Amino acid sequence: MTYPLDPALFTDDMKLEPTRAGFGRGLRAAGEADERVVALCADLTESTQMHHFKEAFPHRFIEIGVAEQNLVTVASGLARAGKIPFTSSYAAFSPGRNWEQIRTTIALNNQPVKIIGSHAGIYTGKDGATHQMLEDIALMRVLPNMIVIAPGDSVEAEKATKAMANNGKPTYMRLAREKTPVFSTEDSPFEIGTAYVLREGTDLALMGTGTMTAKLLEVATELAKHGLEAEVVHVPTIKPLDNKTILYTAKKTGRVVTAEEAQIAGSFGGAVAELLTEKLPMPLLRLGMQDRFGESGDPAELFPLFELDPASMAKNIAAWAKVTHRYHQ
Amino acid sequence: MKQTLIQMEHSANRIRESIITMLEKAGSGHSAGPLGLADIFSALYFSILNIDPKNPDWDNRDIFFLSNGHVVPVQYAAMAEAGFFDKEELLTLRQTGSRLQGHPERERLPGVESTSGPLGSGLSQAAGYAYSLQYIDGIKHRFVYVVMGDGELNEGNIWEAAMFAGKNKLSQLIGIIDRNNIQIDGNTEDVMPLEDLKGKWESFGWHVLEVDGHNIESIIDAASQGRAISNRPTVIIAHTIPGKGVDFMEYDYKWHGMPPNADQAKDALRKLRTLDGKITHEGAGV
Repeated sequence: MTYPLDPALFTDDMKLEPTRAGFGRGLRAAGEADERVVALCADLTESTQMHHFKEAFPHRFIEIGVAEQNLVTVASGLARAGKIPFTSSYAAFSPGRNWEQIRTTIALNNQPVKIIGSHAGIYTGKDGATHQMLEDIALMRVLPNMIVIAPGDSVEAEKATKAMANNGKPTYMRLAREKTPVFSTEDSPFEIGTAYVLREGTDLALMGTGTMTAKLLEVATELAKHGLEAEVVHVPTIKPLDNKTILYTAKKTGRVVTAEEAQIAGSFGGAVAELLTEKLPMPLLRLGMQDRFGESGDPAELFPLFELDPASMAKNIAAWAKVTHRYHQ
Repeated sequence: MKQTLIQMEHSANRIRESIITMLEKAGSGHSAGPLGLADIFSALYFSILNIDPKNPDWDNRDIFFLSNGHVVPVQYAAMAEAGFFDKEELLTLRQTGSRLQGHPERERLPGVESTSGPLGSGLSQAAGYAYSLQYIDGIKHRFVYVVMGDGELNEGNIWEAAMFAGKNKLSQLIGIIDRNNIQIDGNTEDVMPLEDLKGKWESFGWHVLEVDGHNIESIIDAASQGRAISNRPTVIIAHTIPGKGVDFMEYDYKWHGMPPNADQAKDALRKLRTLDGKITHEGAGV
């Protein structure tokens, strides 16, 4: 099945929306569908887009204040009482500050608490390194029982929110602050644990998670100008990883590039490296934050600074492809 | 099953014997805290908590969270005493494959409401449950109890939860603090002073009661008062003697994280069974 891309993508009419907006809509819809859904926020209700839920279901919204440890542990107690709690804050604070509480009272305790970390990644921009959370994926994916999702755009974030309300499991989702291109449509598929081929190609694979996928579509267009046909795979669920799809594309193309707005160590690139090393060792280039913190600036300037804008990525990938042979089994 | 006061006192003694036996067998674990809490757990499991050991997930049950999970031997012993499982299983404590993990895990043992061990996170879970009962479900007849250690009151998470419960006037929430004055590095007032403890909780909007944690009648009365207070959460500061019932462990913080060896266990059991030598034949009063 061909993945339907938004026809306006990369045109003048391209839709731009932050992924957190999709979460806001999805949470309200999940609240309408299931009265067990409750929402808790640590003093960032509008910023994390929980205000839509709060307005619709005031008696099921709980203000926690600036107390992220309490945020997730109160949620664990609510889950024990049969609720489906969604917690939101900035990713730097939740799961950044309260990782142990998440580990013990949610992951090991296996309660279906949803941890929503907004303002993750470089798109957090001018707030600088303290708020640009780059380690959240690594922190969450090492926890047994935990599901980890980084939606590609706001449309997918809405679907992911509805899906996680029903998955019965501890789940982490990272969201971005700034508007990013909407590449999927209402008809595009989304299932937790599934990766999607957005563009077919034979020369190398570009695998992206979260908001980097849209950039990889641009990279693929650029690489085609250099005679490289890239297959683009969107991997919104980092855990569980869709091994089947990733290995299929890896085998077909023989070279893999991963891209993420996160530390490459332990995050999405780390996960793909673990998979390929064990199952199908082949050349791998991991794009993302290379063991450094971010800094203040407009995202339009920061992505080039970190060589994560489409032009820099295309240039670096082309140079890498030139000296890197494809793997043949 | 509810017990009379004298029965609860005997149950507390049997709980202490179980603690000594299981810790000696396990070869690791905490002695002082569990022994000091035996009277409180006897009061909880045989009077205060509305629970059904044969139906641990009963919809109408009261909820009990153990925040300081390292004292769980006292909870396991009380649960076995109450009939949640056979007492023989107590001897599997900390063994590979046992349902009785070194720190309690909800998914392994029915009747354990949450997984705990890392300190400071029990009160907020209890508050979350109590919030659900009071504000979301509108259920008035169920109560949420949580036992905390005093050492763990060093944790910021506790005070975040204290603020939250105070703000929301969680009247179905009752905390019990095991005020035994010891923690791993020494006396609580040396390590990180807690006093004025009553004043602290009152300033957070709680109804505060102080009781002798070895007087079962006082503990039960305090819990009743806590249930009757309808506009605030209640915390019971229960003054206890760490290692209570075994003289060479009492008041000595070195027994916080240590199990008795075989000789010490034998000595401890003799003291418990003879009321510290006051009666001559072992097993009297049990």
